[in-house]
Amino acid sequence: MTLVHPLFASFGGAIEFIFTPQTSNVTGGKTVGGIDQVIELTINQLEVTVLALALAIVIALPAGLFFGHRGKGELIAIGLGNTGRAIPELGLIALMAAVIGVGLFNLTIALAILGIPPILTNTFVGVREVDRATVAAARGMGMSELEIARKVELPMAVTSVFTGIRTAAIGIVATATIAPLAGVATLGEFILGENVYGTNGVLAGAIMVALLALAIEFSLAGLQRLLTSKGLRLQTT
Amino acid sequence: MRIDQTRLRIALAALAALALALGVAACGGSDDSSNSESTSTETEAGSGGGAITSNPDNGKVSLKIGSKNFPEQEILGEIYAQALKAAGYKVKSDLNLGSETVAHKAVKTGAISGYPEYASTALTSFFGLEPEEVPADATEAWEKANEEFEKEGLVAFEPTPFESANAVGTLKKTAEKYDLEDVSDLEGVSEKLSLYGSPECRERIDCLAGLEKLYGLKFKSFHPVDISLRYTVLEKGQADLSILFTTDPQLSAESDKFVILEDDKHVFPAGNIIFVTTPKVVEEAGPDYEATILQVQEGLTLEVMQELDARVELEKETPKAAAAAYLESAGYVG
Repeated sequence: MTLVHPLFASFGGAIEFIFTPQTSNVTGGKTVGGIDQVIELTINQLEVTVLALALAIVIALPAGLFFGHRGKGELIAIGLGNTGRAIPELGLIALMAAVIGVGLFNLTIALAILGIPPILTNTFVGVREVDRATVAAARGMGMSELEIARKVELPMAVTSVFTGIRTAAIGIVATATIAPLAGVATLGEFILGENVYGTNGVLAGAIMVALLALAIEFSLAGLQRLLTSKGLRLQTT
Repeated sequence: MRIDQTRLRIALAALAALALALGVAACGGSDDSSNSESTSTETEAGSGGGAITSNPDNGKVSLKIGSKNFPEQEILGEIYAQALKAAGYKVKSDLNLGSETVAHKAVKTGAISGYPEYASTALTSFFGLEPEEVPADATEAWEKANEEFEKEGLVAFEPTPFESANAVGTLKKTAEKYDLEDVSDLEGVSEKLSLYGSPECRERIDCLAGLEKLYGLKFKSFHPVDISLRYTVLEKGQADLSILFTTDPQLSAESDKFVILEDDKHVFPAGNIIFVTTPKVVEEAGPDYEATILQVQEGLTLEVMQELDARVELEKETPKAAAAAYLESAGYVG
């Protein structure tokens, strides 16, 4: 009889799985797991996350800035943003697989679609919340509209913009776990392959995804501090 | 900031209407297809052995039939569940148990009364046999599996007529281009070909690991995909090779398009279905339990199973409807 709760026992097993290759019933003697495989799959997951996040930012940030600056397009920025959140990601990936096939390209687009709504909505709201008097002053100084958007509105909206980017990043990295269903091997392979990797592997995969999500969150928080203009730093944190 | 309230409200209303319309359209679509298809095909089943008679004594017994979460398993789960209901049992089903590890645990802990498993899967996945150690004879494989099941307090009933196995499949034109008939023919060309299979395939001895170890093959790349996409990736031209099942209806319905390669070194053991349950359930449920299960699976030849898989995978019927059609046309249920 064991005095350790089964949950803690398997937690130990999962940590072991992360560092040392384990035997498996169904592999014909080949070991599975271990730090090499864990690192490889973590890098894959990070890669697809970064690609999808970059694509989402490239699309959503200028769009949010544009609509926010013009003060028009709530329908698109907020309506589309909220509708976007209701799209079931697994269904989207399946749809993309049927239309353009599986693989990194499909997955990047599907995950970017997941990331666009929070960035778009938060950028829009952030820019709209910039004090209109400040914008008027900038205009009075002779700044062009593009300059106002770039040098006044965007820097002042940085907190809100980053809230969107961080929300998007967490959603994307977590969802990238199901990538092995669409042609890309990520940490989800451990979670989806209980027959091969055992419950230790499933838990190890979950632990690694959680750690990766935290790492991304902290990196983006750090980046946000760097990009926040000195005059605004007190307001942020 | 000043948001135009009226306009926002109109926008939200429009979105709500759009969502509703989409929802309604989706429901309508699925209804239409299942109705029109269900009448278009006739399941021909082997000689049944008469209708199942309901025994009032069985009404006191509650059973819960499980299955793994892909179409063929769900159809089998439904067939057993509906047949046992016809025999008078109180039957619930849980046909979405995921992998065999989960289903195996569920029957051991008593969360389900029993579920259908492939004898080959039981032997390799639960009892650690190498693929080449799995007996080719269905009865021998069942006896061997049952011996192991008994050691852990389970019991397996006799096998179905049909058997199923994984197979390396490809488009007919790919097979012609590289002159492929057997898996061994991939030697020398596999380095140019991509292989798609389930996320588990990479490490499994009865999948990629076995192809590498026993055939000595190296593929250009391996990509994990959901098993429901195993034909899509071939059709889209993304996969050169894809892991298919020998019971797949596409293989007979579209035999001019897809082919499977002969597994000449036996990496993919074929398995007949054996119903796994516990002696305790057998005792409590009485003799009709085993008798009903063995009776309804008698008609499940490869041809019939492919036909049932076709109803669900190609014609998008529900597993429940396909199972009911089988039971009725075979005369088990009047």
